[in-house]
Amino acid sequence: MTIRVGESASAPSFQKAALPLLEDAQLRKNVRHATDVIQRKRGVVVAETPDWQELRTAASAIKAHTMRHLDHYLTQFEKACTAAGGQVHWAADADDANRIIVGLVKRYGGNEVIKVKTMTSEEVGLNDASEREGIRPHETDLAEVIVQLGGDKSSHIVAPAVHKNRSQVRQIFRERMNLPDLSDDPEELTAAARRYLREKFLRVKIGVCGANFLVAETGSVCIVESEGNGRMCLTMPEALISIAGIEKTIPAFQDMEVFLQLLPRSATGERMNPYNSLWTGVRRGDGPQHFHVVLLDNGRTRILADPESRQTLHCIRCGACLNTCPVYRQTGGHAYGSSYSGPIGAIVTPQLLQMQHGQSLPFASSLCGACYDVCPVKINIPEVLIHLRGRVVREQKSALDPEALAMKTAAAIFASRARFEAAQRLGRIAQWPFQSNGWMRNLPGMLGNWTRVRDLRALPQQTFREWWKARAKAGNTAATRKNNHG
Amino acid sequence: MRVSLFITCYNDTLFPATGQAVVRLLERLGHTIDFPLEQTCCGQMHYNTGYQQEAMPLMRRFVEIFRDSEAVCIPSSSCVAMIRDHYPKMAAEQSDPGLARAVDELLPRVYEMTELLVHRFGLEDVGAYFPHRVTYHASCHSLRSLHLGDVPQRLLRKVRGIELVDLPNIDRCCGFGGTFSIKMGDVSAAMLAEKMKDVENTGAEVITAVDTSCLMHIFGGLHRQRAGVRMAHIAEILAPTETDEGAGA
Repeated sequence: MTIRVGESASAPSFQKAALPLLEDAQLRKNVRHATDVIQRKRGVVVAETPDWQELRTAASAIKAHTMRHLDHYLTQFEKACTAAGGQVHWAADADDANRIIVGLVKRYGGNEVIKVKTMTSEEVGLNDASEREGIRPHETDLAEVIVQLGGDKSSHIVAPAVHKNRSQVRQIFRERMNLPDLSDDPEELTAAARRYLREKFLRVKIGVCGANFLVAETGSVCIVESEGNGRMCLTMPEALISIAGIEKTIPAFQDMEVFLQLLPRSATGERMNPYNSLWTGVRRGDGPQHFHVVLLDNGRTRILADPESRQTLHCIRCGACLNTCPVYRQTGGHAYGSSYSGPIGAIVTPQLLQMQHGQSLPFASSLCGACYDVCPVKINIPEVLIHLRGRVVREQKSALDPEALAMKTAAAIFASRARFEAAQRLGRIAQWPFQSNGWMRNLPGMLGNWTRVRDLRALPQQTFREWWKARAKAGNTAATRKNNHG
Repeated sequence: MRVSLFITCYNDTLFPATGQAVVRLLERLGHTIDFPLEQTCCGQMHYNTGYQQEAMPLMRRFVEIFRDSEAVCIPSSSCVAMIRDHYPKMAAEQSDPGLARAVDELLPRVYEMTELLVHRFGLEDVGAYFPHRVTYHASCHSLRSLHLGDVPQRLLRKVRGIELVDLPNIDRCCGFGGTFSIKMGDVSAAMLAEKMKDVENTGAEVITAVDTSCLMHIFGGLHRQRAGVRMAHIAEILAPTETDEGAGA
């Protein structure tokens, strides 16, 4: 089994990957601007939805129910999709999925594909796998086009090019579309992208897409998007292949009522997406005549097996947690070393990889809780992060790790009043070489990370409890004296 | 009322003035303070850093010490959040029904300090005097775990002499996050830089919060930059009165 999440197995730790990004003032400005704009729009359309909290509760309940009965709903989906003329494939891991998709493309005699709205294909590394087999993948979602032509990586699960601004996009288009005179006027940029893409929509006969929802009851697949490029990609090819994580299943058509209110508001701050494509199998003479769904596990059933964190699979990939996250705001998505970034990426990636990689990700959060507040399906991301931190400590840390030793020592100190009070006294003595005028500005070891940008007040000469004891004693003496005089 | 004070390990060791102000305030309001000397730490640092096993004995210790208290006052929302959000689950994992019951019974009597004043005592005006320009930082746990809303500001608005200035982006994390500030030092510093800019733009002399831990981080950065803003736990603003010697100094 080769579970893979993009290139995250070889990605550097979050703190290391963040460094060059923190130095990139333009990138940080782009990320701040874009996420502020989306959040403002989201705020408006959420505030006007009177039953927002009830919708979140309903979505959470539907997802929890689906996960509990996922085996049932997946086979129901397969049956319904097959009955409607589609074909369902089961992929245990990334290689499996790539093998199936490349095989299908070859079967239909293609050497190129047009792609839209599929994070999952990034997860399994489909583009690289296709190119190795002589198949050229063309991204058609505008942001993905920018990322692909720029030789870049996506940095946001809904807006993959959020880290680029208009003039950077113009530069990429000028070079890669051979348009030296292109301006950074948005209309001119989109017109250039349109010309570039239309040619592909008309020529390429095979499409690859993701899925926002798989409806078990009807065997339908749903994709929502803003550009219409998705609609072209989903309707014009002769063959369409959808790759979807097994957690994308929802039981019934009726459940879309809940999710189609939550998803666009959370993702782009819209009441409804401009394009909502929903199709069931194949319809003679209308749209793709061959339709395949590749259901991907790639580590998901392992997440399902952990009751503490299976809520991770409830995610509908809206990206609201990225936009609100104060950590993502500083670094953008590339620091997460995965196709999934932000708070949800910090819990999805290490779990898919069974904690073998991405161990720094659960620590890439101040646990501020903003992600949980905005999550449309109420995933308690901070709770899962803490749970995963526990797994990293239990499964990866040696007992001789300096942090583990420090934590064990602290626990022993806190376990006894005498040791705690002794440590307080000892701290006052031990700090002596590091302090001047009551402040510490250059602490050794790990604590140096604190004093690099912050001063720390030296431990005061009297702890609170010493003050309290002295006061009680003085009070008792006063009381005794009073009694004696009385 | 007899109020048991859980001062928290870092206030005890690093910020005794916070505890002294809590004592002065509650005694001034006519309450008796009980400070069990056996108390140490709630276990938050261990629990949130992944050392959940190490936090278990600290949870037991807290419950043992405070199980008979009439009310427990804690001047730190993150420690209250630790107790409220995680103790029930931790106790349930111990397969010790007695402990789980003790946690359930104790929790309704555990208050963050401003909660105790406003929700339990029904107070907003505590008779305080603090003649300074102050901005209030809402810590993440106070907002999103305790759902304190504007409870602390309601107390501050009634303080005599105070000039309370709103901190922009009040719901955005300052970047402290406990061990996050050390483990992810560079990202934490970038978050801090944004928060400091917001604080300095208010022109406040004093930054306050219900958590000294965030203040230690924000003020530590401001002090490094010689920004001339000082920190005060909200108790240090609510404790002094006009008749105090050197009131509000």
